[in-house]
Amino acid sequence: MSDSHNENSNKENLTNPMTKSANPNIPGERYGNQVILTTLNDFFSWAKASSIWPMQFGLACCAIEMMATAATGFDMDRFGAAVFRSSPRQSDLMIVAGTVTFKMGERIKRLYEQMPEPKYVLAMGGCAINGGPYSLYGYHVVKGVDRYIPVDIFVPGCPPRPEQLLEGIIKLQELIRQKELLKRESMIYDPKRNSPKTNQ
Amino acid sequence: MTLNEIVQKLISKFPDNILDSNPEGVEPFIKVAPSDIFDIIKFLKEDPEIDLSFLNLITGVDWNQDNRIEVVYHLSSVAFQSHKLAIHAFLDRKAPRIPSICGLYGAANWHERETYDLLGVEFEGHPDMRRMLLPDDWEGHPLRKDYQFPEEYHGIKWA
Repeated sequence: MSDSHNENSNKENLTNPMTKSANPNIPGERYGNQVILTTLNDFFSWAKASSIWPMQFGLACCAIEMMATAATGFDMDRFGAAVFRSSPRQSDLMIVAGTVTFKMGERIKRLYEQMPEPKYVLAMGGCAINGGPYSLYGYHVVKGVDRYIPVDIFVPGCPPRPEQLLEGIIKLQELIRQKELLKRESMIYDPKRNSPKTNQ
Repeated sequence: MTLNEIVQKLISKFPDNILDSNPEGVEPFIKVAPSDIFDIIKFLKEDPEIDLSFLNLITGVDWNQDNRIEVVYHLSSVAFQSHKLAIHAFLDRKAPRIPSICGLYGAANWHERETYDLLGVEFEGHPDMRRMLLPDDWEGHPLRKDYQFPEEYHGIKWA
């Protein structure tokens, strides 16, 4: 009897060295320092904010800055946000980098609708925010992409520097951490309040 | 050949259809009657001494006050570096129509579509006369001087 008991205890010690020194009667020490107590909301928010996958598309010169941000010099992957996906079905974040024309705006809206929840939009540069240099005389330029889709983060600039885009990503991560888990993102957005005409 | 000789040869070939010419300027040009544009450009392209076999650009100008629209063809030669010529044709502004030169240059296809898109010039005989850049249901031609900006497009306000 004593032999078999020793074998079992030896195995247990090999697989989990913490159990030997920790007192199993105290909950916090039962598994050593391998347990973190948190809420489900915080945990999922942390997971979502730490692996933002942007959609891989660019519309104008802002896309060049976006590429520079994703490249090694600025390394957007430090924030877990540089796994650019070529399909809207796999992406969490739409970076609208460049001038949005009416013709493109309808495509952007369709791409946004193809993205799975939770989904976020970052409007990068003056053109995507309000038409930028084309706001007065661009006959085919949409005066802000928020007329088609809800925008979470605005990053001004013409084009913004990579640091600014990175700050936008950080702000988006803060935003994701604030949102509640079981609430659909599109319910939070009120199109009537934020823009004249959006998803009807 | 010098540009003067090219223009002289062209005038002797088409005596009635060359309206004006200036082979000396920075941008040497001839002005032609629009109905014969295909034959003239075909001659310029296929004559081995002239060899204007490269189409740089087709574009247009809206002369609102003169009530006409000008179509400009920029041709140059690969074999002869000094050979380059712009061909101007003036059209009626109300119904601008001109024969297509898609049969001569493949590049003319998109250039003519763009000119149609922005200025409303109809190229007769073009295989695919649709808008190039703007959506198919866009109203008006934006490079015209009297173009009215749209108030909205598919429910999205312009201003």
